[in-house]
Amino acid sequence: MSTTATKKAGFGSVLWDYLTTVDHKKIGILYVFGGFFFFILGGLEAMLVRIQLVQPDNDFVSAQFYNELMTMHGTTMIFLAAMPLLIGLMNVAMPLQIGARDVAFPFVNALGFWLFLLGGIVVNISWFTGGAPDAGWTAYAPLSIFSEGHGLDYYSIGLQITGFGTLMGGINFLATVITMRAPGMTMMRMPLFSWTTFIASILILFAFPALTVGLFLLTFDRLFGANFFDPSMGGNVVIWEHLFWIFGHPEVYILILPAFGIFSEVIPTFSKKRLFGYSSMVFATVLIAFLGFMVWAHHMFTVGLGPIANSIFAIATMAIAVPTGIKIFNWLFTMWGGTIRFTSPMLFALGFIPSFTIGGMTGVMLGAAAADFQYHDTYFVIAHFHYVIVGGTVFGIFAGIIYWWPKMFGKVLNEKLNHWFFWLFFIGFHLTFFVQHFLGLMGMPRRYWVFLEGQGLDLFNLISTIGAFFMAAGTILFIINMIYTQAKAPQASGDPWDGRTLEWAVSSPPPYYNFKQLPLVRGLDPLWIEKTEGNGKMQPAEPLDDIHMPNSSILPFVMSLGLSIAGIGIIYQVDNPMWWIVAVIGFVIFFGSMAVRSLKDDLGYHIPKEELEKEGDGSNG
Amino acid sequence: MANDLLKSTNLPQDPERATLEGKNKFLGFWFFLGGETVLFASLFGTYLALKNSHLDGVPANELFGLGLVFAMTMILLTSSLTSVYAMYHMKNNDAKKMNLWLIITVLLGLSFLGLEIYEFQHYVRDYGHGFTTSAFSSAFYALVGFHGAHVAFGLGWFILLIVRNWKRGINLYNAPKFYIVSLYWHFIDVVWVFIFTVVYLMGVVG
Repeated sequence: MSTTATKKAGFGSVLWDYLTTVDHKKIGILYVFGGFFFFILGGLEAMLVRIQLVQPDNDFVSAQFYNELMTMHGTTMIFLAAMPLLIGLMNVAMPLQIGARDVAFPFVNALGFWLFLLGGIVVNISWFTGGAPDAGWTAYAPLSIFSEGHGLDYYSIGLQITGFGTLMGGINFLATVITMRAPGMTMMRMPLFSWTTFIASILILFAFPALTVGLFLLTFDRLFGANFFDPSMGGNVVIWEHLFWIFGHPEVYILILPAFGIFSEVIPTFSKKRLFGYSSMVFATVLIAFLGFMVWAHHMFTVGLGPIANSIFAIATMAIAVPTGIKIFNWLFTMWGGTIRFTSPMLFALGFIPSFTIGGMTGVMLGAAAADFQYHDTYFVIAHFHYVIVGGTVFGIFAGIIYWWPKMFGKVLNEKLNHWFFWLFFIGFHLTFFVQHFLGLMGMPRRYWVFLEGQGLDLFNLISTIGAFFMAAGTILFIINMIYTQAKAPQASGDPWDGRTLEWAVSSPPPYYNFKQLPLVRGLDPLWIEKTEGNGKMQPAEPLDDIHMPNSSILPFVMSLGLSIAGIGIIYQVDNPMWWIVAVIGFVIFFGSMAVRSLKDDLGYHIPKEELEKEGDGSNG
Repeated sequence: MANDLLKSTNLPQDPERATLEGKNKFLGFWFFLGGETVLFASLFGTYLALKNSHLDGVPANELFGLGLVFAMTMILLTSSLTSVYAMYHMKNNDAKKMNLWLIITVLLGLSFLGLEIYEFQHYVRDYGHGFTTSAFSSAFYALVGFHGAHVAFGLGWFILLIVRNWKRGINLYNAPKFYIVSLYWHFIDVVWVFIFTVVYLMGVVG
């Protein structure tokens, strides 16, 4: 179905289309919207937190509600906003960049999305059923096992479901990159964003199971009377911290590496130069991922692992600054002597470099184990990770959304509004978080719902809250821009930014089969090679032939729904065994649809050659 | 072309990897097993940290009897071997023999599972060693139980595939399915070897 056909279709059929789609571009759009929804939700929670802290001894929210807000802000932003937004951009761009018609497992891809979305909804249902999780996004035991109500149960079950989805997504991307590249697209010709997708997927694959186990143990402790984290029964609370951070530290690289990849696409495009030091960029990415697995205990310096363990983890942590530094310099050298265009994605890239460098610097400070005893659990840590996650990942996500918006929706976002958005967000971000470094050094602890008067903390907290309003204003402007652009802007060409990689060789948005004939890749930045040495169009690597396509399916949605229903049943069976009925129904739906998937032959379908010939030249324009 | 996928004549040498879909499944499943390795590693780590926290309950060296567990080990190892025979016959396009060996695999798997259930209820009834008794018991049942759940899932998977493809023979569409379930079966076998060593042998001796 072409885009025009989709537009004419009624609401019901569009809904059905998106519920059943296995097309990576549509799934990407779903991920971006799902992630953005949770981004707004997490942002609202952050605003309430900042309003509470606008003045000393404020009573805007209660202590309990504050705990829920800050827990859900962290959980939402990490698991339900940042990661899905990145996975969405991966879905939109990566298969196009490597010249593939789809991902390796279209069905699994859809399953990954629905598990993420419904898992996220499960976590958030807790707001309406007597209280959200309130033990911090890290849910440290024993606080998490003694937390009253069902908040933490929603946390463990909801994140479990979301985590399965992420794992599916990661495996799918890994296989896609390995087997689905176009002829001539060798690994070392892959765009950096595809490389970082690949590496981040490896991190997902090996990091998420640790969280899976941690969440299972938490669920067992809370709902089934197990004793993993209960010291009075021989349990050990440090096990949770280890499991959580064995997952949690690679997680921050899952968040930052794809953002690095986005900047490595944006900066060359708008500097009109190939990426400086491509192979060292790849090497640095791999090295960061490798080191990322052996630094988790730097989150636990104050636990008492002893000076030797602390020293080893401190040194490994500081070593990560080296490959990251390589990247920073490579971006700077890419711009050096280039013809720079200050488009809004480029502004985010330019804003990212100094912001992220500050975050990296405080990271090395926190990595010094002895000094960390001073910084631990203060606003200095908050300032640090917001500098890397907002200054790195969120800037990257915005740059990516704006950059690939034409590939998603066929229009270019309004540049003027986006410039306003950037400046509001950028200034607001630094206003909010720069002062928090000093609040932390002054000793203001994180997660407290009030601070006292006359401690010298008033002014900086006020500035921080004002900054948060700037960021909110910028984000609202961005939403307005999305609506405005879709209503008013003209149809974009296939290559609105004068791009260098394969996704710009197809129309915006691309045909549902992506490439009528797979392109022949002659080197790094394949489209740019054709622009400078060829006729500006990709040459086909195969004769025109039938294209094999996967069938749409409602099963991924049904499966995820079943698992979520089962999860809710599991949460409430402690109150009333009748809830086991709900759990069993959920599991029957879940395993039943799995069985249907296995039993029913799904061979896909073919687009006949004749139909492709009729559609004209879909390969460019 | 679609019909070619379901034909069981003229199969290539490695029917499980002859199509792109098959290759993807093969590769993706290896990745999945990589993730599963971390899952079990985390459970092993938890178990090792908590194995001496038995409080007033029975410690590991009084609880475990190696005879039963050795029998279970042999049964599961043999079932891995029989699944290899099944794959051998799959590659030779001999559906009858493949199904026979798959059924033997399932029977061995079922007897393993039966013995494990007997073992668990024996611990609970005769030693008072339940899931909630101590941190040690929780960690033991979590690790061994996760493995048992994997065995149960694998058995369901085998049975589903055997029933579905009983009459239609081997083709390029179902060969990858048979192949990855046998990969999965080997993996849970390997995990069991570690459980046998780390939980039972080290529990009795160490």
